[in-house]
Amino acid sequence: MPAGLFRALLTVAGAVAAIVVAIAISSVAILAAGASPMQAFAAFFDFGETERSVVNGIATMLNRSVPLFIAGLAVAIGFRMNLFNIGVEGQYKIAAVCAAYVGSLFVAPAPIQILVIIVVAAAVGGLYALIPAVMKVTRGVNEVISTIMLNYIAIQLAAFLVRGPFTGQRTEGQLTTNTPLLPESAWFPNLNVLFEMFGLPAPRGGGLWGFLVVAILLGVGLWVLLERTRFGFDVKASGLNPSAALASGVNPKKMVISAMVLSGAIAGLIGLPEILGDKHTFGSNFTPGLGFLGIAVALLGRNKPAGIAVAALLFGFLDRAQGPLQFASVPPSVIMIMQGAIVLLVVIANEITSRIAMRREERRAAQQLGRNTPVEVAA
Amino acid sequence: MTTVASTKVRKYHLALIGVALLILLMSLVRIMSGANDITSSGTFAAALMLAVPIGLAGLGGLWAERAGVVNIGLEGMMVLGTWFAGWAGYQWGAMAALLAGLIAGALGGLIHAIATVTFGVDHIISGVAINLLGPGVTRFLSEVLYKEGTGAGEAGAGITTSPALKSEAPEISLPLLSSGPDWLGSLERTHWFLLSDVAGILRGLTHGVDVLVILAVLLLPLTFFVLWHTAFGLRLRSAGENPWAAESLGVNVPLIKYVAVVISGAFAGLGGVFLVFVSTKYVEGQTGGRGFIGLAAMIFGNWRPGGLAAGAALFGYADGLQLRSSGAVTSFLLFGAALLVIYIGIKLRGMLASGQPAEAVTRGAREYTLMAAAAAGSIVLIWLWLTVDKLPDEFVNVTPHVLTLLVLLVASQRLRMPKADGVRYRRGEQH
Repeated sequence: MPAGLFRALLTVAGAVAAIVVAIAISSVAILAAGASPMQAFAAFFDFGETERSVVNGIATMLNRSVPLFIAGLAVAIGFRMNLFNIGVEGQYKIAAVCAAYVGSLFVAPAPIQILVIIVVAAAVGGLYALIPAVMKVTRGVNEVISTIMLNYIAIQLAAFLVRGPFTGQRTEGQLTTNTPLLPESAWFPNLNVLFEMFGLPAPRGGGLWGFLVVAILLGVGLWVLLERTRFGFDVKASGLNPSAALASGVNPKKMVISAMVLSGAIAGLIGLPEILGDKHTFGSNFTPGLGFLGIAVALLGRNKPAGIAVAALLFGFLDRAQGPLQFASVPPSVIMIMQGAIVLLVVIANEITSRIAMRREERRAAQQLGRNTPVEVAA
Repeated sequence: MTTVASTKVRKYHLALIGVALLILLMSLVRIMSGANDITSSGTFAAALMLAVPIGLAGLGGLWAERAGVVNIGLEGMMVLGTWFAGWAGYQWGAMAALLAGLIAGALGGLIHAIATVTFGVDHIISGVAINLLGPGVTRFLSEVLYKEGTGAGEAGAGITTSPALKSEAPEISLPLLSSGPDWLGSLERTHWFLLSDVAGILRGLTHGVDVLVILAVLLLPLTFFVLWHTAFGLRLRSAGENPWAAESLGVNVPLIKYVAVVISGAFAGLGGVFLVFVSTKYVEGQTGGRGFIGLAAMIFGNWRPGGLAAGAALFGYADGLQLRSSGAVTSFLLFGAALLVIYIGIKLRGMLASGQPAEAVTRGAREYTLMAAAAAGSIVLIWLWLTVDKLPDEFVNVTPHVLTLLVLLVASQRLRMPKADGVRYRRGEQH
């Protein structure tokens, strides 16, 4: 068997094994909770009886997957060069509040309005990620610690902004504070037409968010950037072997700054699907935790856009089942356990499979060299 | 740093002088701003209660990182500690809560150890996964055990809270000084310069203190003793500095790392237990990122117990003061200004002193900019103090985080983390 095929098969086998073990663990948890695991897993695939409820389910799943996909992309850029941008959580919060506010200040034709909002979000996210990048290259501050600290600062700052300077009209009886509502020209058109094409009813609520298109374009663009350009090669090289990259003329400081800012700029877009497609405002009850889940999605997708898409769909699929699980009297938080367990098990599976592949490689090399002792391959 | 021979004495004295100066400065600020809560016993009692969880999380970080395992899963382990403390506490009282939180945290540590030591998963990634898993598991347990219709539900539990603890740990006070005649208390109420401040601080730390808090504080010197004055501690630290050398000397590095990370988790869980003690029940999201603040305190303290304690005390004090009187926090703008002025004074004295080395002259321009920035900063701070009545809560909440960033910026070149911290180690593999 060729080494490449073997490795690919091994990777898939590892991922499948991890998911199976994760399902086993959550089954134990569900059993302990006094519910039936079979019913719980049926709930994951239960999209309802009518066409409308199926459509609603699919839209909910995709709408959840889109921000997770963008978050995964943002994290993956850093991970590719061993740069841990734990700060995605803070970057998207601060970018979302600024973009929602700026977008509400003026009215322009829809494409311009939306473009300005996207640019503002990306700029704010990128600038916020510039802080840890500059701290790292000028003072040698570890980016993990600085981004964790900046997360809290950003979350508090966003809470302050939405409560104070950026706050808008509050309808009576409303418990949350919000930025002013965006003008209608900033409402991203939805993709319900996709369902209607097949003669299906449109999903209720905000429908299928149109930002899905932007996310797909972003994924494709990032794939090109990472796999087909010099910059992408430099990123990969800096991650795999920093000294070799340095020797071949890659400026490590420049790489840290550009990768971090790019990561932050993409992180800035995480909140936009929800703002442009559904809520049309940033409120104190804005979906939290997307940045941390993005880390999980990136790890699951092995830092490649296609893999991240699959991982984001998986997480969206799991999250959609909140309601059906409740009907099956299974605690919906079992989803969180599954997600956490999948991530941990997948990274462990990755380690094991790469060890197996390495050992196979060593043995093959030893055979070809005609010796019986395995050759040490420097890690 | 000072010369090697006299380091111990000098450091100890320096610390004492530093504390004395700090109290003097706080007293001055209190007199000038009239915010008595700056040194009131109530503030310090609250600060102690709030510093203990941060300090314990920091100790957890210290144990793991000294053995070479980065543990950003502290937060998740702390969450596990809070839940199990609440669950055991409402049924069997405070001691059970302590034990349950400890064990739950240790289990979280065990997961981290299995992933990082046995399987060689990146430490950051494993930590992130544990931070996802901790809240997930606790939420699940709440939904199962605390739902309506269960016994716990009738005892006052909800999806996000446990019933109140059955019993609390006994409290003790120093006789005469802070209870009974309460001499310190009466001295504090006079609001004299300096004397009342010292009395307030001492009373806050000695009046009605939880016995368990005293035990928790004692864990700090204990950690120092174990890590720096026993053979086990030497082996543990060698696993964090150079595991390959340690291995060649016959140290069972994986076992040491396992023990260290499990203890680390236990400490984080214990930190969670004390959070439960503060609010007398488990509340979801109670940790509020204190695991990370503990990590920050450890970095602030340069991976040493003494510095860690200072960091935890500082962060706990910021929390406590805000809790007592959010207006008093603005006085610290004045405090910052005073510190900057002192800094300028020291620099000026150094510059005016004759016999400068040539190298210092070339660095002059930079020094001047720094001093100018410090002067401008102090003016801005004083102006803010005069104009701002009350800082928004959000700004006060981020004090620990901003301080940590500043410390990292200023001192990151001087901070020294264990050399093989976060390095993937496999037995028999050379680097």
